[in-house]
Amino acid sequence: MLYSEKVMDHFSNPRNVGEIENADGIGEVGNAKCGDIMKMYLKIDDGVITDVKFKTFGCGAAIATSSIATEMVKGKTIDEALKLTNKAVVEALDGLPPVKLHCSVLAEQAMKSALSDYYRRQGIDPVPIVGEIGECEACH
Amino acid sequence: MEKRFVYADNSATTKISKSVLDAMMPYLTEAYGNPSSIYKLGRDSKRAIENAREKCAAALGCTPSEIYFTGGGSESDNWAVTGTARKLAASGKKHIITTAVEHHAILHTCAALEKEGFEVTYLPVDSEGKISLTELENAIRPDTALVSIMYANNEIGVINPISEIGKICRKKGVLFHTDAVQAVGNVPINVVEQSIDMLSLSGHKIHAQKGVGILYIRKGVNLPNLINGGGQERSKRAGTENVPAIVGLGVALENAVSDIPGKIEKVSKMRDKLIDGLLKIERTRLNGSRTDRLCGNVNISVEGVEGESLLLSLDLKGICASSGSACTSGSLDPSHVLLALGLPHEVAHGSLRLSISDETTDEDIDYILEVVPEVVERLRAMSPLWERIKKGE
Repeated sequence: MLYSEKVMDHFSNPRNVGEIENADGIGEVGNAKCGDIMKMYLKIDDGVITDVKFKTFGCGAAIATSSIATEMVKGKTIDEALKLTNKAVVEALDGLPPVKLHCSVLAEQAMKSALSDYYRRQGIDPVPIVGEIGECEACH
Repeated sequence: MEKRFVYADNSATTKISKSVLDAMMPYLTEAYGNPSSIYKLGRDSKRAIENAREKCAAALGCTPSEIYFTGGGSESDNWAVTGTARKLAASGKKHIITTAVEHHAILHTCAALEKEGFEVTYLPVDSEGKISLTELENAIRPDTALVSIMYANNEIGVINPISEIGKICRKKGVLFHTDAVQAVGNVPINVVEQSIDMLSLSGHKIHAQKGVGILYIRKGVNLPNLINGGGQERSKRAGTENVPAIVGLGVALENAVSDIPGKIEKVSKMRDKLIDGLLKIERTRLNGSRTDRLCGNVNISVEGVEGESLLLSLDLKGICASSGSACTSGSLDPSHVLLALGLPHEVAHGSLRLSISDETTDEDIDYILEVVPEVVERLRAMSPLWERIKKGE
């Protein structure tokens, strides 16, 4: 598996690992059977993501994509975070091997899942804003 | 402990030994003659090959004319299985018996033959990775062409009762092939005493170079040619011989069988220390039989951790190992061997194989035992699956 230096950097020194107590939104995607679970925690103040943490069970790419995704949304508005795409995650990591692209999809979905949870806690239906969060295609 | 380089993946490949390289060197430089040429330069190459063949025959207990040099273990496996199948199909024998835990060189060859109309029985294994001899005997039918069962498993190191299997096959009049790629040099082998009709081995697992191997074919077993062309390898595998590789393999195989009991004693001690030490980590398990096991094989499952991230973390610490996780195979399913043992997917994803050799030192073992628990702790601390396991969910 040929990983970029960026991937190895985020794998060996992952940013924002952990949990947030009293998080405003928590999202979890993936499953143990497929070998990947990503969990994202968000702290949101006035529509701005002031803190973000993650926990991931998975391969090197899964850990690196979660780590960089948290970096990419930290300090950003919800609107900006909603624009996070798996493509942007891959680009930020200087690419991923083709068989690992599903990890970037998982990172995007984990973020969206946490944002959906945030809206749900506000009593707002997240679907019109965040959209449906599909299952990872690779897992089927 | 200071960071060090520890190669613990000898089941993947091994380092070429100095005596092997020294023996090869002349044939990579000045002794470049084609073994089929008539002049002295050619004759010298021919003699070198035949000398290697004699060494290999002595190591396996057969005659030199039963040794065929190939391009490696996979090629030997393909030739043995496909060759036998094609040959015996003419007499209506279109059934093959193998096991669920073979190397892909056997399994994918069998799958290809199934598409051609052959029927394949895949013997299951128990939770320790062992097949049942009764099940084997019952699976043999009048139309069975071949039984192909590995000598020792490449992932979990389980050693099969090859002599008993050989006896059953001989009694039933069925040809028996064994993939001995992992076993050679780790268990005493004698193809005659063990009633083996065909045996595959690979050079690079025993400190020779990559891309060379052997198929032993017992005299009287007439396989179709693998490659048509010139008269090399009794016309069965044509093409100018890879002289340096074959010369190296001869020396490597001679070395590998020179002191098997001594190797087993030395290496299994280190292996046992490694197994006992690693099993102290909570929620780990040993995969494969503890007793019928290659002296250098360790395979454990570490719950809550994924195999590839474990390997990458170990690599950062200088340790080379391998895993049966899906992510390291490029497919989405974890190792077929671990699943055949009955392991759940999530446990199979977290497997770690360490394969040591007689070049491994006690310091290497201590270093591994220091590093693995640290790495596991770091990964578990960020694993939501581990969190769930701890909560008992």
